[in-house]
Amino acid sequence: MSTVSEQDRQEFRREVSAWLRANKPADPGFLLPQSFMEVGSEQQLEFLREWQYKVWAAGYLGMAWLKQYGGQGLDPGFQSIADQEMRRHAVPICFNVIGLGWAGPLINDIGTEAEKSRYLKGILTGEDIWCQGFSEPDHGSDLGSAQTRAERDGDDYVINGTKIWTTMGNFAKYMILLARTNPAAERKYDGLSFFLAPMQVPGIDPRPIRKLTGEYGFTETFFTDARIPASCLMGEEGEGWKIAMKTLQYERGAEAGAAGGLAFVRIVIDDMIEQLRDVERDGAPVLQDPAVRDQLVQLIMEEKAVVLGDRRAGIAPLTTDYPFSLPLSNKLRFTENTRRMRQLAINLQGADGGLYVGDEGARQGGFWQRAYLNSFSATIGGGTSQVQANIIAEHILGLPK
Amino acid sequence: MSVMGNTALSFSEDQAMILDVARAFCRDKSPIGSVRALLESDTGFDPGVWRQMVDMGWPGMALPEAVGGSGLGMGAVVPVMEAMGKSLLGGPLLGSVLAGQLLWRAADDSAPSDSTRNAVLVALAAGAPAAVAVLDNHDWGASRIRCELGTDNALQGVKQQVMEAAGAEWFVVVAQQAGEPVLALVPAADLVAGARRSHTLIDCTRRAQAIDFSGVRVPEDAVVRGPRVAAALRDFRLLGALLVAAEAGGSAAACLDTTVDYLKTRKQFGRLIGSYQALKHPCVDILVGVDSTRSFVYHAATLLTDGELDREAEVACRMAKAQATETLKYAGDRAIQFHGGMGFTWECDAQLYVRRAQWSQQAFGDAQHHRKRLAQLLLDD
Ligand SMILES: Cc1cc2nc3c(=O)[nH]c(=O)nc-3n(C[C@H](O)[C@H](O)[C@H](O)COP(=O)(O)OP(=O)(O)OC[C@H]3O[C@@H](n4cnc5c(N)ncnc54)[C@H](O)[C@@H]3O)c2cc1C
Repeated sequence: MSTVSEQDRQEFRREVSAWLRANKPADPGFLLPQSFMEVGSEQQLEFLREWQYKVWAAGYLGMAWLKQYGGQGLDPGFQSIADQEMRRHAVPICFNVIGLGWAGPLINDIGTEAEKSRYLKGILTGEDIWCQGFSEPDHGSDLGSAQTRAERDGDDYVINGTKIWTTMGNFAKYMILLARTNPAAERKYDGLSFFLAPMQVPGIDPRPIRKLTGEYGFTETFFTDARIPASCLMGEEGEGWKIAMKTLQYERGAEAGAAGGLAFVRIVIDDMIEQLRDVERDGAPVLQDPAVRDQLVQLIMEEKAVVLGDRRAGIAPLTTDYPFSLPLSNKLRFTENTRRMRQLAINLQGADGGLYVGDEGARQGGFWQRAYLNSFSATIGGGTSQVQANIIAEHILGLPK
Repeated sequence: MSVMGNTALSFSEDQAMILDVARAFCRDKSPIGSVRALLESDTGFDPGVWRQMVDMGWPGMALPEAVGGSGLGMGAVVPVMEAMGKSLLGGPLLGSVLAGQLLWRAADDSAPSDSTRNAVLVALAAGAPAAVAVLDNHDWGASRIRCELGTDNALQGVKQQVMEAAGAEWFVVVAQQAGEPVLALVPAADLVAGARRSHTLIDCTRRAQAIDFSGVRVPEDAVVRGPRVAAALRDFRLLGALLVAAEAGGSAAACLDTTVDYLKTRKQFGRLIGSYQALKHPCVDILVGVDSTRSFVYHAATLLTDGELDREAEVACRMAKAQATETLKYAGDRAIQFHGGMGFTWECDAQLYVRRAQWSQQAFGDAQHHRKRLAQLLLDD
């Protein structure tokens, strides 16, 4: 529980709010990413990098991380306030999310002193972009079967294999890499190791993949005899699976420690309702259609249940029935609600629903169409909804594999 | 204003203690064997267990101390109803608590302390079962009250589905007089012979009657009228919806547990059936529904006040009811299916939940009814 006084909070909120008002960047005139998974061009990257640096320099990013690592050693309550204000002012995202949200907290938690000094600050400033090399072409949901090899050779590990769907793989300086050091291990999980690997070494070739939106954002990443220093190994050989699972806890929002900042443009159902105010169906306002109203209320309730679930998760006597069910199901509930909401947004636009970004008649420039297509990044990335359901069924309900 | 509105959710130490006590009590007094033993009994509940609930002060929990209650507010009743729902424990509590709320909220402060209304509240807090006679027909959303209180204070009308009516000592009859809503307090003894007809309910853990109040004369002192009656009636319906939601949420959790237990023991094709995703994933959907229900129910409990309920509380109660009964309906429905042929039997506990689900979904308005009202509150205002 935070020990910060209400007065300090309010004062801080006013301060951040004033800063954001004064510093919110003007519309750059090109399409900005709706999340960190959609940074497709140098132009977008430079814009976002500059913004993240500015937020950090102002003192509103990594507030709870230690001073010597670029943070401020403050109560996490301050960062939450800063994040809330960033959301309220609808400023751009802090794009270096794999560093800020997953690799950073991981290093903070289990990294050595050397790793902390070396990596944490660059994550906050945006200077060092991080990517995640977990998924492979043949092993996605079944991550434990990953086959990319890491072979010890003197002071190096030699990496061979292919990773895929590597978000910002073409921009990244570092990768959190899951690779197989011992193919002979009895349990497939025990053969895996975890690396904080440099990307700018010979033999690593990230090739951008075009996404369903027509934009870019991730790569297929080829490793051909790529040598990385042996000191890149995190923990011990064979601990890769354990560390990867911990990383996924951060990624799925089930564990705290993130540096803060917005990872994606938050789109709430109010935004959708507003865009429907002037839409008609059968000659009358679409918002007066009884069937539509019923669907909207169901979606509002779904979204509200997620918010209320977060509140309830903090109340111990109300979480004893299915312990950890709320944090563990958060990703599933939230991302599926988001997807359904965005799909309905298109569905309720009448004929305009058929238009896309680039058509001058598209509502809000095709915002909802692009947002819907992008919503699958969250229902697939970080573990698909179906795999989340398996995890919940097995870990919370105790159902057999 | 955001359609998310108020999102407060808090739970006091008192509430936590009540939840603990209620759960332990219900588990102890209402194991599934006892539930089954009562299914085909006359009363549907065990008077000894009801006595103990009275001794713990449950009927008067939400009433003010002035009438012998404990002044804990409706937020204290919610965990009790949830615990009862989880153990399928029935009896007069739900009807009595709601009768107390309606009566207490309806009267203006100038009502004399020796009035019949006061006497009924005191009796009710002390454990005399009471019931509200509200339904004129099948429509929970009806805006017109059909039951009339004539100029001679004689009632005219039949009320449907009066909960646990057989043992009720007092009836709070919702009627209208010259177009204004009024509450008529009728002691059970005033009913004429043949006035009662027992319903056969789909939920065998409950009992209800249709009652013809026609011809019953109500002394002026036993009529509650005035400017607060209409608001009290509205709040009574919202509180009823919330308590049924809390109860349904408890039942849904118990239903899920019953299904999951079976999925962990039954084998087909050499595998535990719980390993099949066609069964597994719907269980997760039910869990998510159970979790959402609890969040809505305790959110609503957080917003309840002794005074007139505000818009946010109304939204919260309606959401709780819509969520809870959709969840229980689904949980009960899948419980039958996932038990296979066993699920089709009287002996399988799944039937208890699927039957309760059908009762709960309609009580105080079904999910569509509440979503329709929510649409007005959220999209039009
Ligand atoms: C936008 C985006 C960004 C990404 N960024 C990264 C990144 O930066 N780094 C990284 O390592 N990865 C990243 N990923 C990859 C992501 O983690 C994988 O796509 C995901 O884990 C699924 O793996 P897959 O694509 O191989 O699909 P598959 O595992 O082949 O799944 C195909 C289908 O089968 C279903 N399925 C699979 N197994 C089961 C099962 N046991 N039970 C039920 N259903 C099952 C899945 O739900 C899915 O519907 C990203 C993905 C996306 C979409």
